[in-house]
Amino acid sequence: MSEQTHETEHAAESGGHSADPHGAAENHTEESALHIEKWEGIWIRIAVGMTVVFIVAITIAALSFGITVPGATARINPTTLNQEGNPFATPGVRELAPGKYEVYMVAQTWNFVPDRIEVPVGSEVTFYLTARDVIHGVKFAETNVNMMALPGQVSTLKATFDKPGTYNYICHEYCGYVAGAPIGHHTMYGQLIVLPANETAQATTE
Amino acid sequence: MSVQALSGADVKATPQSPPLTAEHLKLVDRVAGWNILVGVLALSIGALLGVFQGLEHARVIDIYPWLQPVIKTYYQGLTLHGALNAVVWTTFFICGFFTFAFVRSLNRPLKYPKLSVIAFFVMLAGLIIAAVPMLMNNATVLYTFYPPLMADWAFYVGLTLLVVGSWIVGYSMYFTYYAWRKENPEVRAPFIALASTITMVLWQIATLGVAAEILFLILPNAFAPVFGYTAPGLDPLLSRTLFWWFGHPLVYFWLLPAYVSWYAMLPAQTNGKMFSEPLARLVFWLFLLFSTPVGFHHQYADPGIPEIWKYIHMLFTFGVGFPSLITAFTVVASLEIGARARGGKGYLRWIGRLNWGDPSYAAQNLAMILFIFGGIGGIINASYNVNMATHNTMWVPGHFHLTVGSASTLTFFGITYWLVPKLTNRKLFTPKLALAQAWTWFFGMLFFSNAYHTLGLVFSVPRRTMLGQAPYYSEQWNLQMMESVLGLAFLTISATLYFAIMLFTWILPRKLDKPIEMPVAQPLDPKPAPKWLDTWWPWLNGAIALVILSYGPMLFQLIRDAEFWSRGIRVW
Ligand code: HEM
Ligand SMILES: [Cu+2]
Ligand SMILES: [Cu+2]
Repeated sequence: MSEQTHETEHAAESGGHSADPHGAAENHTEESALHIEKWEGIWIRIAVGMTVVFIVAITIAALSFGITVPGATARINPTTLNQEGNPFATPGVRELAPGKYEVYMVAQTWNFVPDRIEVPVGSEVTFYLTARDVIHGVKFAETNVNMMALPGQVSTLKATFDKPGTYNYICHEYCGYVAGAPIGHHTMYGQLIVLPANETAQATTE
Repeated sequence: MSVQALSGADVKATPQSPPLTAEHLKLVDRVAGWNILVGVLALSIGALLGVFQGLEHARVIDIYPWLQPVIKTYYQGLTLHGALNAVVWTTFFICGFFTFAFVRSLNRPLKYPKLSVIAFFVMLAGLIIAAVPMLMNNATVLYTFYPPLMADWAFYVGLTLLVVGSWIVGYSMYFTYYAWRKENPEVRAPFIALASTITMVLWQIATLGVAAEILFLILPNAFAPVFGYTAPGLDPLLSRTLFWWFGHPLVYFWLLPAYVSWYAMLPAQTNGKMFSEPLARLVFWLFLLFSTPVGFHHQYADPGIPEIWKYIHMLFTFGVGFPSLITAFTVVASLEIGARARGGKGYLRWIGRLNWGDPSYAAQNLAMILFIFGGIGGIINASYNVNMATHNTMWVPGHFHLTVGSASTLTFFGITYWLVPKLTNRKLFTPKLALAQAWTWFFGMLFFSNAYHTLGLVFSVPRRTMLGQAPYYSEQWNLQMMESVLGLAFLTISATLYFAIMLFTWILPRKLDKPIEMPVAQPLDPKPAPKWLDTWWPWLNGAIALVILSYGPMLFQLIRDAEFWSRGIRVW
C-alpha cells in the first residue's frame, strides 16, 4: 500500500462539503444544473449516440432479416403429451409443402425425440419444441436456432437450411445426471442432416 | 458539524450526530472482518472446484471419481462453485465492506449496531442450512435452481435466510442514513454512504422477485414430502420469470461495490481526485432506475413471453449500459489526474505512472481492464437477436468470469489488500506476492475467458455440461481447450496465492507500523452536487414505477394463466 492512501481522509469527507471555503452565502445560491466538463460532455454524447445506433441496428435486423427470438405460441400440458391427438404424441418431421417442413420435438431426460432429422437443402423448417419433465434447451450448431424447452410451453422458431451437412443439436440447459449412469444431460443431443440437392431423399415422415 | 447554509430559522432543532467512537468502530470492524472471512473461505473452495471443472472440460483429468465421498458428480461441484463464488463470496464480502465503509463515510455510528451482528448470524445460519443439502448431493440444481428441478427444502430455506440477512444489513444502513439526514438536513450525503445505500436498495428491490419465487412457488412444493401433503405443482415459466426479475440486478449488486471503490477510493490510491462527483451520483441513481426492468434479456430464448416484451427489456438494457459508459470516462479521468500528479506525461504515457507498485491499486486497475472486454461482451449478449448465437453456450461463462469473476472479484481482492491489514492490524503478506496474485488472475482470466467465448460463439459448445463425457466432443475444440488450460494454470497459482496471502496476513504476528485508513478520493470540484442528486423520492419512485411497468402486465398474465402442471423432480 502506498503512503498517500493512508492519510486520515475520511474525516474530511464526512459531513459532505463542510470544508467548502466559500462559506454559507455562496452555497445558498446553489445551482440545480449538473456541471459537466467539456470532454465529459462529448463522451456522454458519443455514449448516447452509440446506444441509439445499436438499438436501431438491432431493430432493423429484427424487422428486415427476420432474425427473431421465440415468442408466445401455445401452452401444452406436459402430462398429456402421449395422448392421442396431441401433436407431440408423434414427434418428428412433417412435410407441409415442397421445401417446407415442420418438426415437432420433445425434450426429455435425457434425449430429444426425434434425435435425427433429415431435410433437403434449402428447406424452410418450423420447429415446435416442448419439454416433458424439466427445463431443457437446444441450439442447432452454427445456426441461430436457439431456444429453451419448458414444460407447459411450446417454443417455435423457423429457419432455412442452405448448406448441406450435419448439424448437432445439443441440450444446453442442465437437466440432471445420476452419478455413474451412462447417460445424462451431457449425452443429450441429436443430429440434423441437411441433404445435398441430388440426394433429395425422403425426409423421415413420422 | 453545523455546516452550510443554515438560515437563521432552521438552526433551532437540528439534533447532533453522536460521535463515531473507537469502540463503535471496533464492533463494526469485527463484523466486517467476520463477513470477509466467510467470503474468502467460500471463494477458496469455490475456485478449487472451478479449476476441476476446467480440467474436466479440456479432458485433462476427470477428477470426480476421486472426489467420491464428498462430491458425487460434476454437477454437484458446479452447484457448489456457482453458489460459493457468485452468492456466498460476493454477498458476504459486500456486506462486510459496506458496513465498514458506510459508517466511516457518514462519520456517524450505526443507529442500531446490533442489527449488523444479527444480520451476520442470520446469513451464516442460512449458509450452513443451505450447505448441508448441497454437500449431501440433495440440492444439485445449480445456483439458478430452475423448477421443476427440486432440491431439498433446506436449500431454499438457507438461501432465503442468506438473503434476509443481507436485507438486515441494508436496514441497518437505512436507519442510520435516515438518522444522519435528520441531523444534517442541508448537507449532501457523502458519496460512499449514498452509493452503498443505493446499492442496498437496488438489492432489496431485486430480491423481491426471487423471494416471491421461493416463498410462494417453490417452498410449498419442497415441503410437500416433509409434511406428507400433495404438492401443489409448479409453473416453470412463472418461476423463471420471477427468478430473472432478480437475476439481472444481482449482477449490479456484484458490480456496484466495485464501482464504489473505483470512483471514490481508487483515485486516492494513486494521488488522484474524483473527476466529477455529481455525475458519479447520477450514475448510481441511473443504476437504481434501470437495473431491474431488464430481466427478459435472460429469457430471449424462452417461449411464452411475447417478443414485444423482450424488445422493451432490450431497450432498458441499453439504458443500463449507459451509466457504465459514463463510468468508463469518469473513472479514467480521475486516475489520469493522479498519474499526472505523479509526474505522468503525454497522451498515454501517463498510464505508466499510475500506482502500479501497490497491489491494491494494480488489482483494481487490472479488474477494470478485464471489465472493458466484459462490457463489450455484455452489449453483444443484450442484443436481442445476436443473443441467439450465444445464449447458453460457453460464451456465457466466458463473459461472466470477466464481470463477476474479474471486475468484481479482482476488485474485491484489491480492496482486501488494504482492508484485511486494517482489520487485523497486520502487515500484508506480502505486497510482492499480492502483485503476483493480481497479475496471474488477470492473465488467467484473459486466456480462460477468451477460450470460452470462442468455444461458444464459433462451435456452439454448450455451457453447464460435463463436456469431457459428451459424445459430441470435437477435435476442433482442441486449440481453445489448450488456451483454457493455460488460463487455468495461471488461475490455480493465483487462487492459491490469494488464499495464502489472506491466511498469512491474518496469522503471522507482523503488526502494522502505522495505521491504515480507508482511502477516500476528494472531489476535484468542491462545489456540492445539486440537490436533486441527493434526493431519494424521484429515483426510488421512478425505479418502482419502471419495475411495475416492465413486469406488471406480463406477470399479471403469467399469474392469471398459471398452470401448475409440473411436479418437482429430482433428476440427479
Ligand atoms: C479459479 C478461478 C475460476 C475458475 C477456474 C472457474 C471455472 C469455471 C468453469 C470451468 C465453469 C463451468 C462452465 C460451464 O461448464 O458452464 C464455471 C462456472 C461458473 N463460475 Fe467459475 N471459475 C473461477 C472463478 C469464479 C469466480 C470468482 C466466480 C464468481 C465470483 C465464478 C462464478 C461462476 C459461475 C456463476 C458459474 C456458473 C455456474 C452454473 O452454470 O451454474 N467463477 N467456472
Ligand atoms: Cu436436457
Ligand atoms: Cu443480465
